[in-house]
Amino acid sequence: MLKILKYSFYDLMRSKWSYFYFLFYLLLGFLLLFLNNDVSKGIITLLNIIVVLVPLIGTIFGIMYFYNAREFTTLLLAQPIKRSHIFFGQFLGVGGSLTLCLVLGLGIPFIVYGLMKSAAIWDFGLLLVVGACLTLIFTALAFNVALRNTNRIKGFGYAVLLWLFLAIVYDGLFLLSLLIFEEYPLDTYALIGSMANPIDLSRILILLKLDISVLLGYTGAVFKSFFGTNKGLIVALLILSLWIVIPVRWMIWEGNKKDF
Amino acid sequence: MIQISNLHKSFKKNHVLKGIDLDIDAGGIYAILGPNGSGKTTMIKSILGMIIPDEGNLKVDGEDIHKQFAYRQKLNYLPQIADFPGNLKVNELIRMIIDLREQTANHEPLLETFGLNPYLEQKLSTLSGGSAQKVNLVLTFMFDNPIYILDEPTTGLDPNALIQFKGLLRKERDKGKTILITTHIMSFVDEVADEIIYLLEGRIGFKGSIDKLLAIYESEDIEHAIADMAKNMIDA
Amino acid sequence: MSYKWAIGCILFGMALVQAETIKVCATCTYSSIKEAVLKAQPYDTVLVEKGVYKEINIRIDKPLVLKGLELPVIDGEDKGEIITIVADDVYLSGFLIRNVGTSYTTDYAAVRVIKSKNFRIENLQLEKLFFGIYLEKSSYGKVINNSISGDAVEEYNSGNGIHLWHSNNIEVLNNRIEKVRDGIYLEFSDNILIQNNESLNNVRYGLHFMFSNDDSYVENLFENNGAGVAVMFSKNIRMTNNIFRNNWGPTSYGLLLKEIYDAEIKNNRFVKNTVGINIEGSNRILYSLNNFENNGWALKVKGACYANRFEQNNFLSNSFDISYNSHLNDNIFERNFWSSYTGYDLDKDGIGDVPYRPVKLFSYIVNRTPETIILLRSLFMDIINFSERVSPVFTPDNLIDASPQMKQI
Repeated sequence: MLKILKYSFYDLMRSKWSYFYFLFYLLLGFLLLFLNNDVSKGIITLLNIIVVLVPLIGTIFGIMYFYNAREFTTLLLAQPIKRSHIFFGQFLGVGGSLTLCLVLGLGIPFIVYGLMKSAAIWDFGLLLVVGACLTLIFTALAFNVALRNTNRIKGFGYAVLLWLFLAIVYDGLFLLSLLIFEEYPLDTYALIGSMANPIDLSRILILLKLDISVLLGYTGAVFKSFFGTNKGLIVALLILSLWIVIPVRWMIWEGNKKDF
Repeated sequence: MIQISNLHKSFKKNHVLKGIDLDIDAGGIYAILGPNGSGKTTMIKSILGMIIPDEGNLKVDGEDIHKQFAYRQKLNYLPQIADFPGNLKVNELIRMIIDLREQTANHEPLLETFGLNPYLEQKLSTLSGGSAQKVNLVLTFMFDNPIYILDEPTTGLDPNALIQFKGLLRKERDKGKTILITTHIMSFVDEVADEIIYLLEGRIGFKGSIDKLLAIYESEDIEHAIADMAKNMIDA
Repeated sequence: MSYKWAIGCILFGMALVQAETIKVCATCTYSSIKEAVLKAQPYDTVLVEKGVYKEINIRIDKPLVLKGLELPVIDGEDKGEIITIVADDVYLSGFLIRNVGTSYTTDYAAVRVIKSKNFRIENLQLEKLFFGIYLEKSSYGKVINNSISGDAVEEYNSGNGIHLWHSNNIEVLNNRIEKVRDGIYLEFSDNILIQNNESLNNVRYGLHFMFSNDDSYVENLFENNGAGVAVMFSKNIRMTNNIFRNNWGPTSYGLLLKEIYDAEIKNNRFVKNTVGINIEGSNRILYSLNNFENNGWALKVKGACYANRFEQNNFLSNSFDISYNSHLNDNIFERNFWSSYTGYDLDKDGIGDVPYRPVKLFSYIVNRTPETIILLRSLFMDIINFSERVSPVFTPDNLIDASPQMKQI
């Protein structure tokens, strides 16, 4: 499996898309810091961007890689290699190189602007953790879509729709349901509803960091115990990692029964 | 060497393999024939584990291959289309496959034979179809394993390469290797095959030597014998 | 002759005016403060030396200086009130007073001043108290440099740090108050100056105003109080240069204004509060040059609020700038700086060319269904906020800052 990871990673590292992604983050980081001229403000703006953008890029990159690596995959399938290792290795290759681009692309400008001496270093850590998790989650989801759809155009379309759903449509439906049932106690439902979408979940991790004062303004006991203590952070991180594990397991299962 | 019993496979509504029973003994060249869509590639890919059968058993060297992968150490596979990761160079691809299989390979003479040495530093995406097929052959024949599975190996080969390829085949057969070949070129079959396996509409129509086939259909050449056989089977 | 008489007169006068100094210590003539105070003549000085004095109900009923040297301790052993001042011209300083009795029927205080004038209470340290310094119908006094530190947990069995009731012309300066019910409490008290105090970690309010007019509080720090600061039913209050910080909770406000008229709120900083200022039924208030930083809501405007002006304030990174529960708006917002303003300034006059709408649709939704707060910062919310900004349906149409500043003030 490490070999598959190695070759996928090499393959991506010399693809121009990786550099594009890396340069994009580098530019974004420098631009935000140039405009705000303040590390912590830059981080806040970035956090808002990252929860939407990283999933989109993870999705598109994941699906493109999977379809482009089809020859490589078929070649591997005829070799004495376990199937699950092939897909898991490729997944780690894509997820790993994207995460590397994110970390370096954002890390360099922030270090140049004095992150290490700033109090915002923990916020930046959270930003990278959330970014890495979202990359892995959406790469895995994209691989699942690709495994189920041999037709590239269809697969690409479904993957982008999935992103669109989780990034925007889900929240619209969620809001609608909250408004419809506003007579009932909703805080548990609201929390569960946010946990069920990795983008919302990441957003909550960010809210815990940035908007704790507004969250504590709500009277519900469940909210209070969730947001008022470290419980919220721990539970959110735990579920976020579940959000990586489940799509990856599902991808491997899907890969094991697929014909090539 | 390879035992197949009651193999079924459908793709959606298309029932491709309808109960294949086949026993392939060790040693010899087996030509797998049949019209387009008869299930040749599906059967081969089932043996390789690239296609998961709906029903039935597959054994390679006495071992059930369901959910296994290590048995592929004994298999050298030449895919129908020489589709390689385009951004790799020829020698990188060769090194990668050797690295992945963790077997000793003897690729230098093969590269020499097919005249590929000038192309080693070229990216695979820039190769012509024929050259790609030659690379395909090198990758397949550089490992010394008991079973060869070749899907349409002659596609795109120039006459010289074809001659070299036939030579390779004979050499391996003489070493006692089991070689499965799918092809549509009957002259090629006539020249190299020891036995014929004929597939029609997902079933085994015939298995036996060329002489046996010619005798049954009282025919001078394989092409006519096969045409008669196909006609008979459809009538039946 | 006349010369001698004159000297005699002066000497006699001096003897009359000459205040005596009475010392209190374990080995002195007086080993009890109470006894010394009882024996002292008006305008005498009672000096208390270092030691622990277990006494309650020390009643000062004459003009007197009562001063501790090297911080002597008066321990009430939870039995009742400790010092009660019922005379004018009393100066009290330099004690550590602890273990004031707690009662559900009587408001025991560490120091109580009743119907007195011209008092000065300073440099006291109060610990384990019920009420701290309780001023009752008193005036022209000063409460300075005291440190009051309680251990209050619940509202019902705790008292206030500095409590003013029907008192006027008092100065409360440089005190530090923590962990009591209300840090500083005013009721029916006018012309009070509250300056440079720190009121922290109190169970209820850091500062609590009721029915008190013409007061000022300036340069104070109010931090992490259960409910922040409340100013209610009062007129002509001046609130300047204060800091309101980290007051978190569903009923917690940096500043709660209720029925306040003609006030001035200037140069204050509101940082990381659930609500910066909660405004209910308050009219003719000028809010200027304040900083609202990282609050949940910078301003929450409820009920009828008319003729208020918000000028040249900085609204920086608040989750919501303003929440309004009414469709009408009679308040003026102008020349503020809004960090979430995304407009442009083509004519380079420092003022944004498009007006800023500080009320977002999302804030309206959250008012209606509080659980929707969970969707804060989601892309969907940004989209509907944007559409509401383009064509307002739910938020007051004329609630705009027509001259948003491009640079922080």
